[in-house]
Amino acid sequence: MTGNRIARAVLILFFIGLLATPFVIKRFSARREADRSKFEAKTALARHGFYLEEVSQAAGINFVHQSPKLDPKLDPIMPEVASMGASVSIVDFDRDGWPDIYVTNSAIGSKNALYRNMHDGTFKDVAGQLGIADVNQPGTGVSTGAVWGDYDNDGYEDLFLIKWGRPELFHNDQGRGFTRVTDQAGLSPWINANTAIWLDYDGDGLLDLFVGGYYSEDIDLWHLTTTRIMPESFEYAKNGGRKYLFHNLGNGKFEELSAKVGISSRRWALAAAAADLRGTGHPDLFVANDYGVSELYFNDGKRFHEVGEQTGIGFAPKSGMNAAFGDILNQGRYAVYVSNISEDGILIQGNNLWMPKEGTTGDAVKYHNLARDFGVELGGWSFGAQFGDLNNDGTLDLFLTNGYISLDRNRSYWYDFSKVAGGNSTIIGDAKNWPAFEGRSLSGYQTKRVWLNDGAGKFVDVAQAVGATDTYDGRSVALVDLWNRGVLDVVVANQNGPLLLYKNTVAPQNEWIEFELEGTSSSHGGSNRSAIGAQVTLFWNGQQQVQEVSGGSGFAAQNDRRLHFGLGQNPHIERAIIRWPSGKVQTIDQPAVNQLHKMKEPA
Amino acid sequence: MSEPMSAPVVSPQAPAQKTPRFSLDNRYIAPAFITCILLAGHLSFGILESYQKTLLAIATSIGLELVLGRIFFHKWVHPASAYISGISVGILVRSPAFWPYALCSAISITSKYVLRVKGRHIWNPSNFGISVMLFLAAETVATLSIQWGNYLLPMLVIWALGSVIICRLRRFHITGIYVASFITFAFIRSWMTGSPWQSEIAPITGPMYQLFIFFMITDPKTTVRSKRGQCLVVFLVAVVEMVLRLDQIVYAPFYALFVVGPTAMLVEIWLDSRRANATNRTVAQ
Repeated sequence: MTGNRIARAVLILFFIGLLATPFVIKRFSARREADRSKFEAKTALARHGFYLEEVSQAAGINFVHQSPKLDPKLDPIMPEVASMGASVSIVDFDRDGWPDIYVTNSAIGSKNALYRNMHDGTFKDVAGQLGIADVNQPGTGVSTGAVWGDYDNDGYEDLFLIKWGRPELFHNDQGRGFTRVTDQAGLSPWINANTAIWLDYDGDGLLDLFVGGYYSEDIDLWHLTTTRIMPESFEYAKNGGRKYLFHNLGNGKFEELSAKVGISSRRWALAAAAADLRGTGHPDLFVANDYGVSELYFNDGKRFHEVGEQTGIGFAPKSGMNAAFGDILNQGRYAVYVSNISEDGILIQGNNLWMPKEGTTGDAVKYHNLARDFGVELGGWSFGAQFGDLNNDGTLDLFLTNGYISLDRNRSYWYDFSKVAGGNSTIIGDAKNWPAFEGRSLSGYQTKRVWLNDGAGKFVDVAQAVGATDTYDGRSVALVDLWNRGVLDVVVANQNGPLLLYKNTVAPQNEWIEFELEGTSSSHGGSNRSAIGAQVTLFWNGQQQVQEVSGGSGFAAQNDRRLHFGLGQNPHIERAIIRWPSGKVQTIDQPAVNQLHKMKEPA
Repeated sequence: MSEPMSAPVVSPQAPAQKTPRFSLDNRYIAPAFITCILLAGHLSFGILESYQKTLLAIATSIGLELVLGRIFFHKWVHPASAYISGISVGILVRSPAFWPYALCSAISITSKYVLRVKGRHIWNPSNFGISVMLFLAAETVATLSIQWGNYLLPMLVIWALGSVIICRLRRFHITGIYVASFITFAFIRSWMTGSPWQSEIAPITGPMYQLFIFFMITDPKTTVRSKRGQCLVVFLVAVVEMVLRLDQIVYAPFYALFVVGPTAMLVEIWLDSRRANATNRTVAQ
C-alpha cells in the first residue's frame, strides 16, 4: 500500500511537472528570444552595433498608401480582399549614382511615386513629371508592385508595373522620362498579380520576366460576375492566377512561354525570387504561394522543373508571402526565407527558413526548415522580409514586417476567419459566405522583427531596441544604401500606411565593401546590362559570403542592385570573385574596403 | 477520442467491466479507422508536416501507457487506446516544434491515471491534453485544422466509414444527435449574429470535426452509460459549444466537451453512489 501511495504521489508530481512544462519552456526561450529594451541610440549602437531612425518626413517623403476599393459585392470583407498593394523598389533610374525609390499606390485614381534622391538627405517625387505616377486609372486596375530591369540593355533601368489589372511596361528614356511600351511588348492584357521578377532564364543576355498570378486573370475585381473568387482551400488551393514567363525576344517584344518551359501552376503566388541555387549558372526560381506549398523550379537554361517535393520544401502547405535568399552562415550557399502566418493559439504556421542540408548539392540538394532552430520562426502575420548586414559585422541579418489588418484594436476577426478557413471548398471559395469584417482587426498592430545574426546559427530580435518600433501593416521591405555611406538603410511600404525610411547608423569600427555591376550584352553573348543574376563571392578573414544581383525579391520588393557586404572589424579581404550571368568569371584580388567598386563585365 | 471502441479491452482496470457487445476484434476497429484516415489524408494531401512529429506523439503515448499501466495495474496494458490518443494528437496538434507533440500525448495519457474518481477517469484523454495545450502553450500550439484540403470527397469517405463503424459499435446516436444539434444551432447563430449560415455550418465540414464527432464525443470510457444520458450529454456539449461560439471562442468544441464531459461523468458517479448506498441500506434492512 505504501508503495502504491508513493507511486501515486510521484505520478501526481509528474503530472504537475507536465502541466508546468509550457511555462518553463516559455521562460527559457524568452531569455534568448529578444532584446525588448526601449530604444536608446547610444545603447543600441554599443550593444548591437547599429540603430535605425525613421526619417521619412525629414527626407521629404509623405507618401501614404491607399488600398483599393473593389466591387461592392466584396464590401463585407473588403479589408481582407484589398489587403495588398503597398510595395517598394529601389532603382537608380537616372544613373546619377544615388539610389531612388519607387512606391506603388492601389486606389483607383491614386498616384504612384518615384522619389529622386537629391543627394542631400532628401527626396523629391518626380513620378508625375516622368510619366509613371498616374497608372491606376479606372478600367486599368491598380498597382501592386514594381520591378526594374534594363530589358533593352541601353543602360537605363526600365519599369515593369505589377498590377491587379493591366500590367505595364515603361521604357526608361535615359532617365529623362518614361514611355509606355506595354502594347508593343506583347504582354498579357490582364493579370491579377502581386509578384514579378526580372531574370535571364536562358542566358541570352536579355532579361526575361516572370509574373505570378494571385487571383485568376479572368476576374475583374471591380466588376465581378460572381463572388466565387476566393481560394478553394486554405492550404491546398489551386484555383489562383496562372503564371507567365515572358521571354525577351530582343526587339522590344516578349513571348509568353510558361507552359512551354514547364511552369503551369495555378497556386496563389505571392512572392518570387530567382538565384542560382546549384551552381549551374542558371537562375532557379522560388515561388512562395498563399494557401499552399511553395514551389521550387530548377532551371536547366531551357526548361524549368518543379522540384518542391524532391527538395523537401513542397510538403507542408502554409501561407507563403515572401521569398528572399541569403548566405546566412557565410558558407557560399543560400538559405530561403518564406514568411507565413502565426497567431497565438489559433494558427501557428511559423515562417520557414529553408537551409540546404549538409552534404547535398547540385540537383540532389535537399532543404530543411530550420527557422525554429535559428530563431526566426515567429513574427506574426508576416509579409516582406529581406536579408542584409545591418550592422556590418560580416553576417546577414533579417528584417521582417508583420501585421495584416489594423482596424478596431479591441475586436478581432480571427474567430470568423477560422470558421470559414476550415470549411468545405464551396463555402471558403465564395466571398459571400465570409462573415462581414465590421471594422475588426485581423492580426493588426503587430511589431516588426529585426533579427541579428550571430553567424553561428542564432538570430536575436532587436527591433524594439534599435528603433524599428512601428506597428503599421507592413508589406514590402527593401534594403539600400540610400546615401552612399556604406550602410544598409531600410525602406518599408505599409498597406494603408506611410512609407517609412529607416536611416541606419552603424558603429564606425565595422567596415564594408559594395559592388555595382554592369553587364556588357552584345551579339556575341555577355550579360544583361543590369547584371541581374551576377554573383559576387567575397573571401575575407577565412570566410566567404555569396550575394546575387536580384531582379526582385521579398514581397513585392526589389533591393538596390548594388551588393553590400559588411566585413566586421579589421577585415582582410583576400579576393572577390564575380560570376557574370554570361558565365564569365572575374577575380578581384584584395579589393579595397569601405568603398563602392563599380565593375563592368570584361569583354 | 482515444478509447471509443477499444476502451473495455484496453482500460487499465477494465476487464471485469467488459461488455459483451465489444468483441475482441472491435478493439482494432478504431485504430484501423484512424490509421486509414491518417494515411488517406497524407497520401492525398500530405497532411503530415513530418512523420517524426506524429511518430513522436504515438510513441510517447504508447510508451507512457505501458509504463504507467505496468506500475499502477501491474500488467501490460493493450496499446490500442494509447495509439489512438497519440495519432489524434499527431493529427490535431499543429506546431512547428516537436515538444508539444510529446507533451500533449504525455498529458493526455497521464491524465487517465491521475484524474480519476471512483476508479474512472473522467476526461477524454486527448480532449484534456489538447485543451490544456491550447490554454498553456497558445504561442506554440494551435489546432486550426484544414489539412484535408477543404474538399468534400475525403469528408464523405470519412463520414461513410465512420458511420458504419460507429453503428457497429452502437454509438451512432451520439454522433447523430451532435451533428443535428450543431446544424440546428448553426442556423440559430446565423439568425442571431447575421453571419451567413454557410459560415456557421463551415466548421463541421472540416476535418477537425470528424475526429471530434467520431472519436472524442463517443469515447465509452468518458461518456455516461445510459443511451438517453449519452444523448442528453452530447446535446449539452452542443449547447455549451453554441454559447462559446457566440463568445467567438475558436476552439469551442474542445472546451465544451472539456466542461460537459467530466461534469456528466461526475453526476453519473454520484448517482451510482447514491444507488449503491440505497441498495446497501435495503440489503442491510
